[in-house]
Amino acid sequence: MENPLPSSRAEPFPAGLRVLIVDDDPTWLKILEKMLRKCSYEVTTCSLATEALDILRERRDRFDIVISDVNMPDMDGFKLLEHVGLEMDLPVIMMSIDGETSRVMKGVQHGACDYLLKPVRMKELRNIWQHVYRKKMHELKEIETHIHEDFNILRNGYEDLEDRYLIGGTETNSVRKRKDVDCKEFGDQEINDASAVKKARVVWSVDLHQKFVNAVNQIGFDKVGPKKILDLMNVPGLTRENVASHLQKYRLYLSRIQKQNEGRTCGNMPSDLINNDNRGNFVLHSTTNIPEDSELTKCIVRTESFHSQEIAPSAQNGETKRIVPVQVVGSKKSLLSNAPCTQKVNSVPQLGVLLSFKGMMPSIKEKSYEPTTVKHKPLHDDTLRKQLMQYPKQEDCSMLTDHSCFSNLDQDHAPSFNPLSTLPPSVISSSCTDERYMKDLCEMKHFLTDYRSGHFSSIPPMTCMIDSVSLQVKHGIVNAEDIGAICKLEGSPSTKDYNFDEAYNQGCFPLTCEFSLKSEAELDSFPEDLHLCSVQKIGCLENMTFSGAGFLPYIDSTPTMNEVQTNWYRGSEGHGEYFDDLDYPPINESLSA
Amino acid sequence: MECSSLHRQLAIIKKNLFDQGFLDEQFYQLEELQDDASPNFVEEVVTLFFRDSSRLLTNIEQALREKHPQDFHRLDVLMYQLKDSASSIGAAKVKNECTVFRELCDKENLEGCLRSFQKVKKEHAILRQKLENYFQLQRQVGPVEKATRSGN
Repeated sequence: MENPLPSSRAEPFPAGLRVLIVDDDPTWLKILEKMLRKCSYEVTTCSLATEALDILRERRDRFDIVISDVNMPDMDGFKLLEHVGLEMDLPVIMMSIDGETSRVMKGVQHGACDYLLKPVRMKELRNIWQHVYRKKMHELKEIETHIHEDFNILRNGYEDLEDRYLIGGTETNSVRKRKDVDCKEFGDQEINDASAVKKARVVWSVDLHQKFVNAVNQIGFDKVGPKKILDLMNVPGLTRENVASHLQKYRLYLSRIQKQNEGRTCGNMPSDLINNDNRGNFVLHSTTNIPEDSELTKCIVRTESFHSQEIAPSAQNGETKRIVPVQVVGSKKSLLSNAPCTQKVNSVPQLGVLLSFKGMMPSIKEKSYEPTTVKHKPLHDDTLRKQLMQYPKQEDCSMLTDHSCFSNLDQDHAPSFNPLSTLPPSVISSSCTDERYMKDLCEMKHFLTDYRSGHFSSIPPMTCMIDSVSLQVKHGIVNAEDIGAICKLEGSPSTKDYNFDEAYNQGCFPLTCEFSLKSEAELDSFPEDLHLCSVQKIGCLENMTFSGAGFLPYIDSTPTMNEVQTNWYRGSEGHGEYFDDLDYPPINESLSA
Repeated sequence: MECSSLHRQLAIIKKNLFDQGFLDEQFYQLEELQDDASPNFVEEVVTLFFRDSSRLLTNIEQALREKHPQDFHRLDVLMYQLKDSASSIGAAKVKNECTVFRELCDKENLEGCLRSFQKVKKEHAILRQKLENYFQLQRQVGPVEKATRSGN
């Protein structure tokens, strides 16, 4: 896909910004063209709104921004604005000689990113690049918000564990600071890369939009959701986010036309809105009946599970015990993830917490891992595979697909990382009640990796705990192989001792198999089942059709990934890998504490 | 020297255009846009304006004559276009009169509109004459004058 901001030009952004001006007045058109050229922008002029629309539909990716007069004889400027916003997703600046509030308001309501009053000054035009940039930033922010969402969860989990496990207060502080810095750096980096890494906008051609509308009609406006639409549209390469964004606009568009729909849209609000509005203020009950396709809401639920589902701390060796049982009944989803599995990342996840664990992972193909990764063999079925552990040295994308695991890989830190000195990652309490995927209750121990590059020589870069792995199997059989897989933990450096209790029960009643794998050294200080968190059916990323992994890890210069992403990211380079979509591992449907 | 006296004359004409309120700041904006790539930019724009605005005036005149009950909305739209256009070169007096016309439109005052329209036409014609003189003189002065900003 062609770069929206041609990289060939000598001058840096915003020079070369591609502007389409639409004005029925030839004098103004001439003046504006001249002004924009003086700003080193590329200008295309157009005296008719309909013509402008044709140009945009034909050569939609050739423009960065549209400036349009409000009053045009052939088409109302607001109408043009709406079309451009809906079909091309381009920033539009309106202009007129009228500065009436109502008119400006109308422009804003129709999605104008700015409203200039004539006579327009050159300094105002010089500044229009900001709208292009802002839009990019927002796109990135959206992604970033998702990342931060995860990040915060990670951090909560991290600090939680940190409080319990780290010995010295100073260390704790330094680590915590370190995390903050990472977080900040991370955010800054996203923004700095904004011009380089731009997600391609999907052009909603008439055909595509028609498909979209058909899908919406077929599903029914009330039940409509991006995922459903995406499935129905069946357009290769289209992502859920594209659809979600378009849906949002479409709803705005409809609500303007028929203003009675407000109530409805709330019920099925695009997830990013929910995310922005409600973050940090969730009430669990309100999220129990989430539409299936609303990943962000699911994420919120997940956040909730960490924030508020705390059971009052019970002192055990002075440690906090936190149990977060969340049961989610999810539907079976077949996801195929195979593409990026061979990608290895030679850098370090600075923070990687396994938050959740999906009870079933059908068809997730695992490629071979190094012995440092412990594979959780299928408990009950060949298609069920889990990877319990994450090692910093090798991170696999498929992991991200079945775990809502987030890691921030930073190339800079890679050299200081010594894989040999790593301890196994903390794991994991797993308890599964088997109903063949469906009613899995999978309790995963919080998974924490603590990476401290600064203290690497004196302190192991990873602080890893294996506390317990417990399996609750409801009328199922735990076969030896499964256990064996878990027992691999034994070989891990910090796991010197493990307890292994199992009981078989083939009757109808639940039974518990409990494995406790404990680091000997930590045995007396760690409560057995710290930080139980059970989330079922997490990690089912819904947008995996596209890249094979709905999750994009932070990988530098990975050709295949870039190839895959070429269509959707512009100038993808450097550290710029993002979640491709609203990559919230969905917690499906219902939660119960 | 003849040349410098022409320069002075040109400067005086322009100053008067501003002082008498025919032109506003926008005209300076146009002058600033004039450069080597388009050495006659201001004149080109002004010429374009008068060509287009004449067309608009004709349209308005027709509209005023035609309908009985008058379609004030349409008149307003047409006058908006003229006002918009006038603002492009800084034709302040024309623009102001356009505003008056539109206000009268709003009140559906046809008499007022007709009177106002005559004023618009008059201001338009006066400005046209003045600017024609101005550019004629400028052509005599030659390219030396170019984008020099005189007066305030």
